[in-house]
Amino acid sequence: MLVHLQGPWTPLIGRLALNQIPYDNPVIVGAFIFSVAAAAVFAGGVTYTGRWEYLWRNWLTTVDHKKIGIMYILVGMVMLFRGFIDAAMIRTQQVMAVGPQSAGHLGALHGYMPPYHFDQVYSAHGAIMLLFAVTPILVGLMNIIVPLQIGARDMAYPYLNAVGLWLTTVGAALVMLSLFVGDFSHAGWVGLTPLTELPYSPGVGVDYWIWAIQISSVGTTLGAINLIATIVKMRAPGMIWSRLPVFTWTAMATNIIGLTAFPVLAATLFLLTLDRYLGTHFFTAGMGGNIMLYTDLFWVWGHPEVYFLVLPAFGILSEIIPTFSEKPLFGYTAMVFASLIIAGASWMVWLHHFFTMGAGPLVNAYFSIATMLVGIPTGVKVFNWAFTMYRARMRFDTPMLWAVGALFLLLIGGLTGMMLAVPAIDFQVHNSVFVIAHFHSMVLLIAFAIMGAISYWFPKVFGFKLDERLGKRVFWYWVVASIMVFVPMYTLGFMGMTRRLDYISHPSWLPLIVLEEIGIGLYWVALYYQVKQIYVSVRDRRKYRAGPDAWWTTRSLEWMTHSPVPFYNFAVTPVVHARDEWAWRKEQGLTSLRPDRYQDIHMPKNTPVPLILGALSFALGFGLVWRIWWLSALSITAIVIVLIVRSFDSNTDYVIPAAEVERMERQGSGASGTTDTGRYPADHTAGKRRFRAARPQNR
Amino acid sequence: MGLPKIKIADLDAETLWNDGHRTIDVAASDTTVLWDSSHHEHDAISTRTFGFWLYMLSDAMILAALFTAYAVLRHNYAGAPTAAQIVHPGYAFRETLLVFSSVLAFGLTMSALKQGSRAGVINGIVVSFLIGAAFLGMEFHEFSGLISQGITPERSGFLSVYYAIVLVHGLHMVFGLLWMAVMVVQIMRQGFTDNVVYRLLNLKIFWQFQAVIWVCVFTVVYL
Repeated sequence: MLVHLQGPWTPLIGRLALNQIPYDNPVIVGAFIFSVAAAAVFAGGVTYTGRWEYLWRNWLTTVDHKKIGIMYILVGMVMLFRGFIDAAMIRTQQVMAVGPQSAGHLGALHGYMPPYHFDQVYSAHGAIMLLFAVTPILVGLMNIIVPLQIGARDMAYPYLNAVGLWLTTVGAALVMLSLFVGDFSHAGWVGLTPLTELPYSPGVGVDYWIWAIQISSVGTTLGAINLIATIVKMRAPGMIWSRLPVFTWTAMATNIIGLTAFPVLAATLFLLTLDRYLGTHFFTAGMGGNIMLYTDLFWVWGHPEVYFLVLPAFGILSEIIPTFSEKPLFGYTAMVFASLIIAGASWMVWLHHFFTMGAGPLVNAYFSIATMLVGIPTGVKVFNWAFTMYRARMRFDTPMLWAVGALFLLLIGGLTGMMLAVPAIDFQVHNSVFVIAHFHSMVLLIAFAIMGAISYWFPKVFGFKLDERLGKRVFWYWVVASIMVFVPMYTLGFMGMTRRLDYISHPSWLPLIVLEEIGIGLYWVALYYQVKQIYVSVRDRRKYRAGPDAWWTTRSLEWMTHSPVPFYNFAVTPVVHARDEWAWRKEQGLTSLRPDRYQDIHMPKNTPVPLILGALSFALGFGLVWRIWWLSALSITAIVIVLIVRSFDSNTDYVIPAAEVERMERQGSGASGTTDTGRYPADHTAGKRRFRAARPQNR
Repeated sequence: MGLPKIKIADLDAETLWNDGHRTIDVAASDTTVLWDSSHHEHDAISTRTFGFWLYMLSDAMILAALFTAYAVLRHNYAGAPTAAQIVHPGYAFRETLLVFSSVLAFGLTMSALKQGSRAGVINGIVVSFLIGAAFLGMEFHEFSGLISQGITPERSGFLSVYYAIVLVHGLHMVFGLLWMAVMVVQIMRQGFTDNVVYRLLNLKIFWQFQAVIWVCVFTVVYL
């Protein structure tokens, strides 16, 4: 049943061979040296400070949703950096390879990357940015914030949460490994059929792509189950649906998408796997396969996936904008319905990714209209944010700058999206860089929201703020860089430049491509200030110390506990009386965080099992990519055994006695200087009509 | 339970779909309860079964994608044997009877669980297991017959999707049988703890789900 492979194969190491390691490519050797150096610095630092045990106890085996969220975001940030390097490489190749006179280096006819290498770089860029950078960061944010916003102690299934984290990490690790051992896919991040079939891609690149996505998307599906169950089952008393914060609502909508869409991707990749490993004919060009079946199934997942990413970003904007407008969100109900409608509509528009397939005018008209309908709930959201800001007392702290910037990107990306929803226009610009510029506007909107969310919630998680001056500088470099890269890209799209070009035959396009390269340079400057901001903020963290209510005008429940949040979240579960409970309590002057009495708290125990499952999944993925059957069989058996053994362990929880909670609360509040949190800095108390001056409460 | 001193229920009806800033107009009084001092525990069994229902939804989506592939590829014979030549509805009907009997046996297991009868539950699981294993035996016989005639999945798009869809259901059966075996050991060692009970309830959902898949496979593929 197994297919015949080109090239050598041995039972012991499968398709592995020394010549699979690209030691002769200086670009990859450079990346390898950088990665090894970074890992060595990290390991050296941990060893030098004697923190291996701390790392194991507090991070690697944790089931705390906040720490898991932080690790998700760290994985996403590392991959965001990798994806950004890929982007810079693509831009540099294009600026070097314009016109027949352009020089070639490192074995390329033009530029510095031969087509096969270039194809891998843009495929990796897309797959990494969407699935291994933005997705983990958003999942991480939801992990941290959702339980806090609904007044829960942890997620519904803390152990499953850790499993999801490690599976996502395994996917990212496989992508990184493909850089140094073997190849990555050269068939685009979408996996163009029949190019992904074995006869056209005989190497291991497509297999890396398949298994990295397959394993991490199991993690994403499990995470979606966890978040939905958490929101449905773990809300504090009084947190009825009509009081749920909008970010939590968008998390709900997005995870309904995740739960239903990712399995379709799993099935699609499973069928492609059968084609590549067993020689079946699902998506082959002959023998009864159907190429467009793959494209349809892929985008049936792919389009909901886009809204999976954008909805949490909308939720973030809905939290940041009211805080810095100092008033409640306009049109809460419309906002909630819009989120759910977008989630539903995400299932009806997938074919707009390939209007040129030739499905006929009726099919195209249906998907065109469905696509345009998505603009209605999205427009409702934009107007709601605008009306929130209308006649508000606005403050432009860093998170607010990112949020407003995101609105402009949404406008640009949304309107070009409406253009592309018209099949007649789409036929003109299909596969041009106009489309690339469109969806980068949308993904940049998500990135802006993420940057805003990180600066907004950073003090909540770590107890100190990020430096504002440097944060604003990072923002403005991002803005200028985005304009420099994407305005020329829209223009080039209209001029007829197609996507995925490793060589550009029109010398007249050079000035615009140079502008894009300068934009990439500005992103590098932004990255420099970003690193500097984190360094300065950590160094001077005492100066940036923030209380529970870090921005003074916050509204939802997560600001009603200490910063940084204790591992049990709330000493006693709060009772919720209003939408925007924390704003309500501030209005009523009920800002003390000290309850009348403390109680025992039930918490889940740390466990190394998720990490072990992650390690075994990595072995499984590696074995399947290189077709080392004994390793694959061994690791899958081990996974089943570990799951069964774990199921016999009934000692998974522990209790913190009330007295201990009280002691920690007193200690913690002593350290952060305050339990009464309604105090505003002097410049913020002036002119406050809506909030009564806070008075100390001893309730 | 000091909880409902301000009437949250009344508040709901009034504020449910009101505009944002009007919902916080309830004033606090001296009786307002800010912290939940009742020692409430989340119902572990109901949380776990809810999560498993969600998992079943995701599994259903996998099968939806597979049935879509079947609908597209069902006539792509590429010169290989057609559905009419390899599919035997009578044989599949007998397999269907086995699936249903196994589900029935598991249903009886559940009523034994309600009565707290350990022997009844274990016997019920063993019977469901044996009938399930008999089904897998029939399926193995069917497919080894096809392969011995050279009718393998790599011969056409139709055969690929036929094998895939039937064997994905078979994989669910294998997983369910493994789960049953583990549960028997757990019941014998731990009795009906919360963990064991929610796993039995989830296994019931899973076992009925595979029967639903089989009904779809039988109707779409075999009939």
